[in-house]
Parts: sequence; structure tokens; C-alpha cells
Amino acid sequence: MSMQAKTDESALEPLPDAVGHFGPFGGRFVAETLMEPLEALRAAYEEARADPQFRTAFDRDLAHYVGRPSPLYFARRWSEAVGGARIYLKREDLNHTGAHKINNTVGQALLARRMGKTRVIAETGAGQHGVATATVAARFGMDCVVYMGAEDIRRQSINVYRMRLLGAEVVEVRSGSRTLKDAMNEALRDWVTHVDDTFYIIGTVAGPHPYPAMVRDFQAVIGREARAQILEQAGRLPDALVACVGGGSNAIGLFAPFLADRDVALYGVEAAGEGLDTGRHAAPLNRGRIGVLHGNRTYLMEDDDGGILPTHSISAGLDYPGVGPEHAWLKDSGRARYVAVTDAEALAAFHDLTRTEGILPALESSHALAYAARLAVELGRDAVLIVNLSGRGDKDIHTVAEREGIRV
Amino acid sequence: MSRIAATFAALRRDGRCALIPYLTAGDPDPDATVPLMQAAVAAGADLIEVGVPFSDPMADGPVIQAACERALAHGVTLRRVLEMVARFRETDARTPVVLMGYLNPVEVMGYARFAAAAGAAGVDGVLTVDLPPEESGDLERALAAHGLDPIFLVAPTSSRARVERICAVARGFVYYVSLKGVTGAAHLDVEGVAERLRAIRAVTGLPIGVGFGIGDAPAAARIASIADAVVVGSALVRRIGAHAGDREGAVREVSDLLGQMRRAMDAARGAAAAAGA
Repeated sequence: MSMQAKTDESALEPLPDAVGHFGPFGGRFVAETLMEPLEALRAAYEEARADPQFRTAFDRDLAHYVGRPSPLYFARRWSEAVGGARIYLKREDLNHTGAHKINNTVGQALLARRMGKTRVIAETGAGQHGVATATVAARFGMDCVVYMGAEDIRRQSINVYRMRLLGAEVVEVRSGSRTLKDAMNEALRDWVTHVDDTFYIIGTVAGPHPYPAMVRDFQAVIGREARAQILEQAGRLPDALVACVGGGSNAIGLFAPFLADRDVALYGVEAAGEGLDTGRHAAPLNRGRIGVLHGNRTYLMEDDDGGILPTHSISAGLDYPGVGPEHAWLKDSGRARYVAVTDAEALAAFHDLTRTEGILPALESSHALAYAARLAVELGRDAVLIVNLSGRGDKDIHTVAEREGIRV
Repeated sequence: MSRIAATFAALRRDGRCALIPYLTAGDPDPDATVPLMQAAVAAGADLIEVGVPFSDPMADGPVIQAACERALAHGVTLRRVLEMVARFRETDARTPVVLMGYLNPVEVMGYARFAAAAGAAGVDGVLTVDLPPEESGDLERALAAHGLDPIFLVAPTSSRARVERICAVARGFVYYVSLKGVTGAAHLDVEGVAERLRAIRAVTGLPIGVGFGIGDAPAAARIASIADAVVVGSALVRRIGAHAGDREGAVREVSDLLGQMRRAMDAARGAAAAAGA
């Protein structure tokens, strides 16, 4: 009995530790030039989060600029069509700019201003984080440069134009595989060169310490709201949470406030692409190995010689060979389970939700929906699920149309 | 005494500055690397940095990124780089070789296996760009077991406390990054570098090499008068890349640039010695 209590207590120790480790994962693996700036960032962030004025400013922006709280919506018709548990959707798609990404960029932009930085940079895959960064940069009057892989620029031309309308410079990255990981390499190169006046707004819970913890904290508003909302609407905690995982920021944001609720199962859904056995996927937690990339130790898609492998997903936002170190830790500790959903399954869920609820989900979020439908049947009608609907699907209609042979 | 320590001791005795060329292994093709290393030594190199190609070279500028991509396209892996060093050792038992690269290939091979293989191949030191001293304990122990020196970077942003921490674990020499930026950038500030080197020397007696942004003989000469070693990377790699498929041309370019730098550095040290006397 006392043994049990002790175990639970230690399991609740706040992570990461002082040097950014989540168990064996995380850390700070960067060239020396960035070590001192990262330490300065950590110190500034610790100071800011303890400052009631900073928290007030953040909450005010989330309420009046982002439009929070986002609704928790009971998807009655979709739940009935699925034929299982009651499924609630956390509507991050209704945020300003159409995804959860803005929660984090508002937080980091406030911190950048507090640190006296006049220029922000970002990497982006699908363009959602780039748009969210360009948006806050416009609002705060900061210079903004967004790095984006040439391949992603082709897939997400609307978002590229949105960023340019917002005054950001979008730099096409033509090195490596020309996708999100290469954009992140290029952003790191920019930061090391302009480290005095520049704040690097990383869009996910990866990167060197303190980014995984800081981005999680800014995104945890999702889970805090969802927890209060489900208690009010369903009168109890949910049986499970389901969220898609690329780098993993929307998933951590939903999971974090539920970690201590041991009866709430956590499911992270990776992109199985054309299938986990085809090699054409982006599922490092399912099929990767431990390695070091972009400043942290985590699960990676890598070859036998430590080279980073190209990834594939229908959804640009999940097309990344690594994953946040806290997810690696949640997997190994058994607190969360990580599953995978193929392009085809995600696409089917995209259509199902659109037709039954009149909600067009992002292809990223459609991965979570597809798994939730399967889980809802397994758990049965008495169960309650929350799915993080992390973004809206307007940006994806060209991808969907192209795949289905329709000219828009 | 390690090969690196012996080399710096001899140079110091002669009042000379070390010339350290960087080559990306396997660029432009795998068979070129050993001849290029031999040509570099013949042209006056004192120590050679061999770059291990990596898919995501975050600290490198476009020139070395492209070299990594060329080498990777030829299937050059960490294991093959070690084979190249072993082949170089067949004809050169004296020139120290430092591997420079990123952590992940070493991580995947396993620290103990890597250190044993590198020691057997004749590697003398290992510079892992994305492994700061905070995270390097396990690799240091593995390297020490095989007599290999861990080489660390010191940056313009490093505080005195960090310089102390780095120098406490560094062996062989300390690599001072001359500017805030990636390899091959072009805004060298010699006065600023000199000031930083004085601060580093107050902390350590290890030799100090300077690199990032030294691309020609005049720049090498200026750095030679204040540092123990000059590292030249992107300027060489650019010339090698321009001669892909033309081995003789690449060797000639490497020899020419290193020869010019060697002469300019020796002249600068000679002039400094004369002025001092």
C-alpha cells in the first residue's frame, strides 16, 4: 500500500529534470554556440512562468486573440455512425488561424518580446506553425522568417501565400529531403548566425531543452480546458484521450493535465503512411530506434548507420522522422500507447466526420479520428472518448482532391 | 604522449602554427579521400580533420552540406570512413587524424564499439559537433579507454564558466569557433578572436585551434599569429567539389591552397618572431 503510494508519487515528479531529460530522452544536443543562448532562454522562461503578469498576458491573449476556450463538442451523429463510445471533439480547429499551433506561438512571442528580441524565425511543415508564427510576428511588429522545405511549399501553396500576406519572408529549403526536418536544420543555422537579436519559435515539443517543456506548457491549456469541460458535460473523466503525433505538441497539450489521472488511457496516433511494413511512413515510436537529432535524444526513423530516413505521410504536419522526447518517455514508461493509422484510413475518417458533423478536419487530426473510431467500438457505448481535433482541413482540400482524381 | 599532443609539442618547439585541413570523407567519391589526405600532408598539413558525412549537418553551411550529400550518395557511412583512415595509416604513421561529425552515427554504432573501431583504425581524436560536455560523459569514457582525445568547440557565446567546463574535459586541443554562424561563413573578426583567445588561454594550457570562416592565405596568416592552429574547411571542400570526377585537379587545388596558407602562416610567425627579437 505505502509502496504503491510511493511509486505514484515518484511517477508524478515534474519532468523534465533540470537539464531537460525525460528519463533517458531529451537533453540538449547542439553545437556550442547555441548552449549559452539556450540557457538564457531557459532562465528567461522560468522567470516568465513564475511571473503573474506574464501569465495574465498569456491568458488574455488566449482569450481575446486566439478565441479560447475552444469548445468541447459531443459529436453525437458521428459517434452513432461509428457505433460505440461517446466521442467528444476538442475543437482546436476553431482557434484563430485554424489550429492548436497558435497557443504556442502566442506564448513564445510574448517571451521573445520580454527578452527584447526583434526578429523571430520558425520552421514549418504543413505551414500551420509558419502561419501561426507569422501571425504573432505581425501583431507584435517583429521581423519574421519562416523556413519551409521545397516539397512542402509545393504541397501547401495557400499557406505560403498566407505567410507572405502576413509580412513574413518564406525561405525555400532545398537541402536534404526538402521537408520539415530540413527546414528545422536551416532554422537552426539561421539562429546560430543571428543569435543576438533572434528568437527561434520551435513549433513542436522537440528540439533542445527547454523547448519540449516550454511548448508543452503553452499547449497544456488544451488539456486543462478539456478536463474541466468533460467533467461538466459528461459528469466524469473520459476513458481515453486520442491525439495525432508528428512532433507531438497537440498530443502533449491534451495529455499533460491528465497524466496523473491513471484511469484515463492515452493514445498517440502516428502516421502509418502507406503501411508500417512498407517503410513509407512517419512512425518513429512504432518502428523507429533511439537516436539524437535536432537537439534531443528520442525515437527516430534512421538507417543502420545513423542516417536519418526520409518519411512519408499524406499529411505534411506529421511528416517528420523524430518525435518529442516526452512522448518517447511516455511510451517507454507505459503511460501512453502509440498506434498508427494509414493515409487511407485517415482519409476515410476525414470524409466520415465531414459528412456526419459538418466539420472538415485537418488530415493530421484525421489520423486521431480514424483511431478513435476503432477504439470507440472496442470500448463500447458506455465509454467516453476525447479526440483532439487539432486543426481544420481547409488547407488540405487540394491534397484530398488530387488524391481522389478531382480537379478543383 | 598522444599523437596530437606530440604534434603540438613539436610545433610549439619550432615556433610554428599548425595547419589543419578539413575534408568530408567520401567527397567527391570514396576513393578520393586517402589521396587527398596524403596530398594535404605533402602540402604542409600538420593534422587532418576527417568529416563523417551526416544526413542533417545542422552546424554546417551550404558547402559542407553539399559535400555530405555527395558522400552519402556514394553510400559513405561511419564504418567506411574508419576504413579510409585505416588505409591512410598504412602510409602515414605520424599525422594525427581527428574525426569531426555529428552524434547520431556514433550513437547508433554504440560508443564502446565506435571507440574500439576508431582506435584500431588509427584515429587520434573525435570532435562531435552536437555533443556538449553536459552530455558527453559516456562517450569521453569510451574514447579514453582507447586513448582517443575528445575535442570540443568553444564559441563566441561561451561564458567563462562554460569555457572552464569545456577545457576541464577537452584533450588534444580546443577548437575555437571564430564567429557566430555555420561553417564557411565570411565575417572573420581577427581582433575579436584575439581577445577571446586570451580569455581561453587564461583557463587552459591546451593548444587552441581556430576555424569557421578562414578561407585564404591572408586570413590564415593573421590567425597564425594569435592561435596554435588554423582550421580550413569550406574553402577546401568548395575546390574539391568543383573538381568532382577530376582527381588530379582536386589534388592540385588542395595542394595549392594549403601550400599558400602554409607559406603565409610560416611567414607571419617568422615576422612575429623577428619583431619579438
